[in-house]
Amino acid sequence: MLEARSLCKSFGPIQAVKDLSFSLEKGTVLGFLGPNGAGKSTTMRMLTGYLTPTRGTALIQGHDVQSDALAARQCLGYLPEGAPLYAEMTVRQFLTFIARMRNIPAAEIPERLGETLERLSLTEVACQTIETLSKGFRRRVGIAQALIHDPCVLILDEPTDGLDPNQKRDVRRLIQSMLDDKLIIVSTHILEEVPALCNRVMIIANGQLQADDTPQGLLETSRYYQAVTLQVDDSQAAASALSDLPEAARIELKHHELTVFPREGAELLPLVTKLAEQYQWKVHNLRLEAGRLDDVFRRVTTGLEA
Amino acid sequence: MSAVVTIIRRELLAYFTTPIAFVFLVVFLVLAAAFTFYLGGFYERGIADLQPFFQFHPWLYLFLVPALSMRLWAEERHSGTLELLLTLPLSPWQAVLGKFVAAWLFLGLALLLTLPIWLTVNYLGDADNGRIFSSYLGSWLLAGSLLAIGSCMSALSRNQVIAFVLTLVASFALMLTGLPMILNIFRGWFSQFWIDGIARLSLISHFGGFQRGVIAWYEIVYFILMILFWLYATVVVLKTRRVG
Repeated sequence: MLEARSLCKSFGPIQAVKDLSFSLEKGTVLGFLGPNGAGKSTTMRMLTGYLTPTRGTALIQGHDVQSDALAARQCLGYLPEGAPLYAEMTVRQFLTFIARMRNIPAAEIPERLGETLERLSLTEVACQTIETLSKGFRRRVGIAQALIHDPCVLILDEPTDGLDPNQKRDVRRLIQSMLDDKLIIVSTHILEEVPALCNRVMIIANGQLQADDTPQGLLETSRYYQAVTLQVDDSQAAASALSDLPEAARIELKHHELTVFPREGAELLPLVTKLAEQYQWKVHNLRLEAGRLDDVFRRVTTGLEA
Repeated sequence: MSAVVTIIRRELLAYFTTPIAFVFLVVFLVLAAAFTFYLGGFYERGIADLQPFFQFHPWLYLFLVPALSMRLWAEERHSGTLELLLTLPLSPWQAVLGKFVAAWLFLGLALLLTLPIWLTVNYLGDADNGRIFSSYLGSWLLAGSLLAIGSCMSALSRNQVIAFVLTLVASFALMLTGLPMILNIFRGWFSQFWIDGIARLSLISHFGGFQRGVIAWYEIVYFILMILFWLYATVVVLKTRRVG
């Protein structure tokens, strides 16, 4: 459905993207992660045909974004970074303009417009000019213009950036409701939303692909995966008892919480609970860690442990 | 083609939903009238023609057209909507043409709104309406040429002030290429043949024929080529920017 073939982009002496190749199928929600300046937006701009790659190309539904640009763009909905909009137009005028540009037949435009406004809860502000809208509404108008023509590939550059938690949840729900027949690429640096939103994750740093996995797969590479964190009254005594466990690789004390890291493949939770009963610790909190994405992100993008 | 029409409609809407249209039209009409009546001596000459009106058009355009054209691309680039526009299914040519034609139609409207002065001159005496028509046509073509220069300059920068100044300088130079001041710049590098050619590019001298009531096809071709050249340059600039 979408294929990147050794995409490279240089700006003068700076290599922003180095030889990026991947292929994505429908039903995928790809979380595109990376530190600021890693090349996320540059890659998206090449996929949408806005920037010309220095080398390589991309195919959308088999259409080359360079040589068959118009056909490729017709299958594509794109929310650029920062959701730029024509501020002097009303929401209705703006979306009508986009619908016309997207070659939606004139007779279908009112119906399509009504559906899209409804879907993004924009009906009440349809007649307001965009410059008078709050950030949340503007972002939704940006998403509305990207999906008004029901594209099969949707590329959203930081769709939840700057939104409040309720709005973020609304946008995530919307994205998941479209999952079935589309390929959706979402760039973000809000790691918490990745497991809830995506079924595939790519992390890029310095213009190169550093990790490509499911969210669960990435979590399993975290050193926190299957670790046990507990809070007890006497941390020192508990730490020395836990360190005697042969299955415990390492113990850390942070903010009055002890985290016990397992040796490869070891199951720590039953052992820790057994010790707690044995020594009659007063346990305030005990949990099995699922892995931490921020830890994986830091390791993958900088080579350092969190 | 429908993409171009859609762009034209959006652009015209943008002029009229912001104060741009109102401010521009009022300033244009007031300045045109001031030039005609005070500097041109419309009444004092005692001749029923629009010579005093049209002879100041190049100077009026020199400042007002860059003010209109500076926003064309610089504003889109600055606000980020350029990325939105150029990832829609349309070619850069269609975008450039649509934005240019909208602005040119808008200038045409500004010219149409000066029709009361044509009525006045017909009321005052027996005016040569054919000559007035050809002057209007020439004036509109001249405005289009300056607008196309402005389109290219606006694509060069995200800063509207820079776009304005560059357009002003380029327009001024192209208006007056016949003057020794401009020709002397080229004299060291080119042969007399080319110097003569450069001198003939002067926008003002091509406008002169229309003012005398002559509509020559080669003069129209000159202006159309001038417009197409600068629009092509705009497309090239936009494409170059995409390469990075």
